[in-house]
Amino acid sequence: MLRPGIADPEGATIERALPALGFDGVAAVRAGRCFNIELDAADLEAARSHAAALADRLLANPVIEESVIEVREA
Amino acid sequence: MAASVGVIVFPGTNCEHDAVVALERLGADARLVFHSERSLSGLDAVVLPGGFAHGDYLRPGALARFSPIMEALGTFAAEGGPVVGICNGFQVLCEAHLLPGALQKNRGLTFLCESATLRVESTRSVLTRDATVGDELVVPINHFSGSYTCDLETLRRLRDEDRVVLRYVENPNGSLDDIAGISNEAGNVVGLMPHPERASSALLGSDDGVVLLRSLLSAAALV
Repeated sequence: MLRPGIADPEGATIERALPALGFDGVAAVRAGRCFNIELDAADLEAARSHAAALADRLLANPVIEESVIEVREA
Repeated sequence: MAASVGVIVFPGTNCEHDAVVALERLGADARLVFHSERSLSGLDAVVLPGGFAHGDYLRPGALARFSPIMEALGTFAAEGGPVVGICNGFQVLCEAHLLPGALQKNRGLTFLCESATLRVESTRSVLTRDATVGDELVVPINHFSGSYTCDLETLRRLRDEDRVVLRYVENPNGSLDDIAGISNEAGNVVGLMPHPERASSALLGSDDGVVLLRSLLSAAALV
């Protein structure tokens, strides 16, 4: 996800389009990306730290983006 | 002796030949360097041309940062070698942390392909050393993600350290502070979204990019 305060033209365009399609009551939209990654890891904590390293190193650009990680067993 | 310039080609780069031709017309000895190479030895300057390195997958420049040549580029830049990233090359330099900040999608979410008027803001970079502050140059832009952004502390440093190299006279894409190009602290690494190689002959509609390419070659001659 883009950090708070970073302009998000994609989210803003979706936000403007929703009322035109009849979806009322939408206060704000931020656009982001989701990656589903399967990992071999000893436990959930190891999987989380592995995913965090991937996010920091490649998947997110920390200059403008932040990441949220959810882990669950397959 | 002619300056020897390497033009780096990633899979998906598409402006490399334009860059080579424009540099050779100015007397340089320019050659393509594929991204899988690991050495830049013998080169006096390096250009990262425009295009879609690695398909621009994930984010423009994000995957190019991990190409084998990038380690040599980091060393070349750290040793003071002149490096210019044009358009996608600018995005690659930001992702590789050789320049601060990031390029976001344009304000308005439109791909922009038009002429832009740029103002030279600093002459302490390898791209502008032969230009004059206040010069206005007409140079094409051709990008979807060209809106420069950085945090306010970085912006303050860029301004205070005279590292904003070029500004748009009329901001086309929402770039912070109208920024079209910036340099690193030493001034030897420059990134810009506009394409000087496409403004290298009156036949192309403008030769205003020549002063920029000439600057690079004169910087290369000092290496």
